[in-house]
Amino acid sequence: MFRYILNKFVFFVLAMFVLASITFILMKAIPGDPFVSEKAVPPDVKARLLAQYGLDKPLYVQYVTYLGNLLTGDLGISMKLANRAVVDFIRDSFPLSLKLGITAIFTSVIIGVTLGMTAAFRHRKLMDSTAMVIAVLGVSVPSFVMAAILQWLFAVRIPMFNVVGLVQAKDYVLPTMALSAMPIAYIARLTRSNMLEVLHSDYIKTARAKGLNSWQIMRRHVLRNGILPVVTFLGPLTANVITGSFIIEQIFGIAGLGKIYVQSIGNRDYSLIMGITIFYGLILMTARFFTDVAYGFIDPRIKLGKRKEGSA
Amino acid sequence: MLVLLVLMLSLSTILSACTSSTAPEANKPTETQKPNNESKNDPSKETTAKQEFRFNLATEPPSLDPSLAQDVTSMTILNATFEGLTSTDANSKVIPGVAEKWDISPDGKKYTFTLRQNAKWSNGDPVTAHDFEFAWKRVLNPNLPQTSPYNYQLYYIKNGEAYFTKKIKDSNQIGVKATGDYTLEVELENPAPYFLDLTAFATYYPVHKSAKDNPAWANEANTIISNGPFKISSWAHSSQIELVPNEHYHKRDEIKLTKVTAVMLEDTNAVLNMYETNALDYIGPPFNGGIPSEQIPILKQTKKDELVIKPQASTYYYLFNNKVKPFDNKKVRKALSMALNRQLLTEKITLGDQKPAFAMVPPGINIANEEFRSQVDGNYFKEDIAEAQKLLAEGLKESGLDKMPAFTMKYNTNDLHKKVAQAVADMWKQNLNIDVKLQNVEWTVFLDQRTALDYEVARAGWNPDYNDPMTFLDLYTTGSGNNDLGFNNKKYDDLIKAAMKEVDLAKRQDLLASAEKVLIEEEMALLPIYYYTSITLIKPNFKNIYVDPLANFRFDRGYVE
Repeated sequence: MFRYILNKFVFFVLAMFVLASITFILMKAIPGDPFVSEKAVPPDVKARLLAQYGLDKPLYVQYVTYLGNLLTGDLGISMKLANRAVVDFIRDSFPLSLKLGITAIFTSVIIGVTLGMTAAFRHRKLMDSTAMVIAVLGVSVPSFVMAAILQWLFAVRIPMFNVVGLVQAKDYVLPTMALSAMPIAYIARLTRSNMLEVLHSDYIKTARAKGLNSWQIMRRHVLRNGILPVVTFLGPLTANVITGSFIIEQIFGIAGLGKIYVQSIGNRDYSLIMGITIFYGLILMTARFFTDVAYGFIDPRIKLGKRKEGSA
Repeated sequence: MLVLLVLMLSLSTILSACTSSTAPEANKPTETQKPNNESKNDPSKETTAKQEFRFNLATEPPSLDPSLAQDVTSMTILNATFEGLTSTDANSKVIPGVAEKWDISPDGKKYTFTLRQNAKWSNGDPVTAHDFEFAWKRVLNPNLPQTSPYNYQLYYIKNGEAYFTKKIKDSNQIGVKATGDYTLEVELENPAPYFLDLTAFATYYPVHKSAKDNPAWANEANTIISNGPFKISSWAHSSQIELVPNEHYHKRDEIKLTKVTAVMLEDTNAVLNMYETNALDYIGPPFNGGIPSEQIPILKQTKKDELVIKPQASTYYYLFNNKVKPFDNKKVRKALSMALNRQLLTEKITLGDQKPAFAMVPPGINIANEEFRSQVDGNYFKEDIAEAQKLLAEGLKESGLDKMPAFTMKYNTNDLHKKVAQAVADMWKQNLNIDVKLQNVEWTVFLDQRTALDYEVARAGWNPDYNDPMTFLDLYTTGSGNNDLGFNNKKYDDLIKAAMKEVDLAKRQDLLASAEKVLIEEEMALLPIYYYTSITLIKPNFKNIYVDPLANFRFDRGYVE
């Protein structure tokens, strides 16, 4: 177990280093800087602005300084939004993205697994096709289209919900629906195909022959095996939903981190871009780590620490 | 299974509830609007209207420190929460602000402002001449932890630039001095007849002395001290700002709104939906995420009373790269400009009642408090396809070409710019048989390429910095940082230089008019297309809330009927 975690940690540090470096290079490769403005800034003023953030120094010096600051946990201050620390942005905005993300993940898993299981147990019956039609719809309708339709339908046409915001509990309904439509569909299909496979395997037949009733078979054999791929999917999903809800945040006016991230790129706000990228990287890696550990618990064949790399 | 059943059941209940309730619910907004319409006809009922106003600011203001702000989002909040020596009215004309009166020396270089004694900060402290001196010197301070990106707006002040560029060390040499608590003396480098417009601008606002010890004072609502009609009561970053009246404001009785909420939404559809559901009272410029052009004809039908379109003193134009072939030939430039049908373009494409432009300076820009465009005729050329074809042939011959080479036209990524570019390309194809490739470029990259003259033809637009033709005409002098045309013309440069020194207002106007004539009629250094309008939706019972000709959004004297 310890070796496994150590391995993971080394990999993690390496990945973060690569991430920071690539982001730095790409960021510097796009033309412009944070102080490009439509109205010309006198050269003296521009020089002073660049010097203020060390942008007048050679690139390798900027790079080394940046990595140094990163090691001490200093993400710097925003270059465009005067005087505000990058950490403050993350502190203010991330909780919103997180709350919405967690709600969406729970919704996706509960509804997705339920739909998938129902479809498997009622294979080739009406319930099966209904569930799969829902799944196909969920996969094929992009989340921003879904969001716009939901907003128009349930906030304008039938004013049940607020158009934007994330203040009351009911405000979560529409963005969550938009955000979880795709994962629901994906999880449902995944669960269904796995369940079907498991249901047709020999050990289920054995279990039936032993005289176990459906509920016991379901609980002890089918569920555990059938749900395994869903757990694999959960890692990337968590990272995706927590970080990737930019469009949903935009449409529902949620001041989450995704919105700020996209703005920071348009602004060439270097410190903010780097800070949020590193933070997102951290989340992604953490989510992966926990998926791997969870996998070990569900599938006894995977023994943590005995394998070189825990990914499945 | 059970879960699904419950889910399905509840879903169907919701759905059926929706369908059955559609009719009455949908009528709700109109029902609530009725009392408003009735009250419009009966003024006696107005007193009960809630004096609250909500609008969309689109994005987080980058800085609410007047010394550091340089964008329209920040300025909108600053204009409502601060007040300069002067202020401007609905026509962008100068009116007194913190200064009661002022004297100008005959050479136009020395201003003496007398401040009103009842002006107060939101914490009750008096606003004095020292606060202005402190603020202006702060803007020009080269050692400030945060450099003011707009500090060159104060280069008009004697030694302002010299101090910032460290050519002089002593801040007492800067031409601003509080000679008493309520007297401010200002010396300028050159006469600037529009200096009183400048003192109404955010970079010239006073700053409370407590800012000295706290560079981040403008970051949070509870540390901001302001002197304007409103103060910030709460600021949820990237989400919304709430303003309430400043109890200490010297004209407190003129302020009717009790609460103003500025939300930050970027999705145009969501914003329209908010307006539809009465969650916003105003949408439109000067902020991004305004009203999409294709919606305008629909809104003209459905929301006649709420759609307000007003001229704005900004020009939409195309830049020619005056350095590359064949655009270095003025006949070619004139041909391209004369071959367009601007009327058709504004009527069918931009749809916002914009006016075709045949000059650089837009209507609404004043000179000596009179509109420049009504003094100086703005028709420097005519659209004429036959003439354009002739000029093109001659121009190409002079350049040693037998045919117009295909070229690329760049615009910054935006739906409207794309449509305009397509229409222009189409007109050139039809009228002059020219092939144009269109290319959209991300904003910052676009600016970078334009400055580097890395284009052939590129889109541009200009909003005035102050209310004078100079803000449009000094752009393209040789050596100007804004000259992204590669235009170098001695005659033009000399005219602008002379206008900058001229004290006589009539002569100055003639000099500026002659410079514009060189830029457009003689050289066609750029291609004017149209003068902007501001297109807004505002609920009909909100009064005195407007976008002024200089594109400032003003609501400080607004009220609800």
